[in-house]
Amino acid sequence: MSDNETSDAKFEMDRQKAVPALIGNHEDFLIISGLAGTSKDMASLTGDAAHLYTMAGAMGAATAMGLGLALAQPDKRVLVITGDGELLMNVGTLATIAVLNPSNLSVVCVDNGYYGETGYQKSHTSRGVDLEQMAIGAGIKMTCTIEHEEDLAEGSRLLRETNGTSFILLRVSPEEPPAVKRLMEPAAARTRFRTALLGRP
Amino acid sequence: MNNSEQGWQHEIYDVLRAHGVTQFSYVPDAGHKILIDLCIADAQVHAIALTTEEEGVALAAGADLGDARSVLMMQSSGVGNCINFLSLMKGGKFPLLTLISMRGEFGEGNPWQMAMGQAVRPVLEAMGVICMEVTEEHEVTSTVEAAATMAFRANNAVAVLLTQKLLGAKVF
Repeated sequence: MSDNETSDAKFEMDRQKAVPALIGNHEDFLIISGLAGTSKDMASLTGDAAHLYTMAGAMGAATAMGLGLALAQPDKRVLVITGDGELLMNVGTLATIAVLNPSNLSVVCVDNGYYGETGYQKSHTSRGVDLEQMAIGAGIKMTCTIEHEEDLAEGSRLLRETNGTSFILLRVSPEEPPAVKRLMEPAAARTRFRTALLGRP
Repeated sequence: MNNSEQGWQHEIYDVLRAHGVTQFSYVPDAGHKILIDLCIADAQVHAIALTTEEEGVALAAGADLGDARSVLMMQSSGVGNCINFLSLMKGGKFPLLTLISMRGEFGEGNPWQMAMGQAVRPVLEAMGVICMEVTEEHEVTSTVEAAATMAFRANNAVAVLLTQKLLGAKVF
């Protein structure tokens, strides 16, 4: 056996209930969602709204994109929500973010322990890797892991914390995100997002 | 570093600021040392130290969503790290301005730099990035001015290649 499956992580919550409960009023945020499960989560939650930019490629880009948006719009709250596989692809971005520590940025990792989009291969996080510990190591001061429903309210508060960047690891069971249609054309999504935010394309 | 070299680096910085660039991202590189120091010293802008160059590509897309302008400063070796993220810029029609200090070309003495240095232009062009090469000091500022206009006014991905003829080959 080459697997190092020593983790006692609990991947038990229903993502289709836990994600909406954690986010609360989605209109509190400008939102970048990583491919692919979290983009479906957010398209479902918001009705694929114009304050959401969903990804279907450029794996690993969501957190850095959120950083650029947060620095550009310091008076708006920015939420990056992405999966364990997408975050692992550029986990160093947590260090880039922590150094700047923008107070209007929150990162949520919906961690189901699997690469769901490609057929549910185990990801590193169900083999002992802890992304909250990596966020802490990167220097993000406000972090938490949520594995139980009773902790979702505290997480929802942390997302709206204004003292610096926050990171939440939301552990959920490896079940399908909502089946939902969303705008898949990236240039049209750019125009839609900018027009809603700025009043011009 | 003589005064004229310091001169064009300062001129580039002024051009970028005049175009409204407020996010300066970089992986540290000797060829961009002055520009990096200038943005770090400027309280009006964000100096963003990256762990890998593709973060700067995604950062530029996010900046654009929020109506800010970003420039990515990197060495030619970093271009290889950016390739897949450039699909975001091409597909999304996001503006990208990147200044690339070249290695692996004119007078290079380090064999490790050659492969990526020689591949910079074909790789970038394959991903839809317009490449503008600078070999003479007197062309640097006008080229960056042109590139910034093409990036931010016409929504292109544009790379300015600061060649070793301009910067001088590193001596080993």
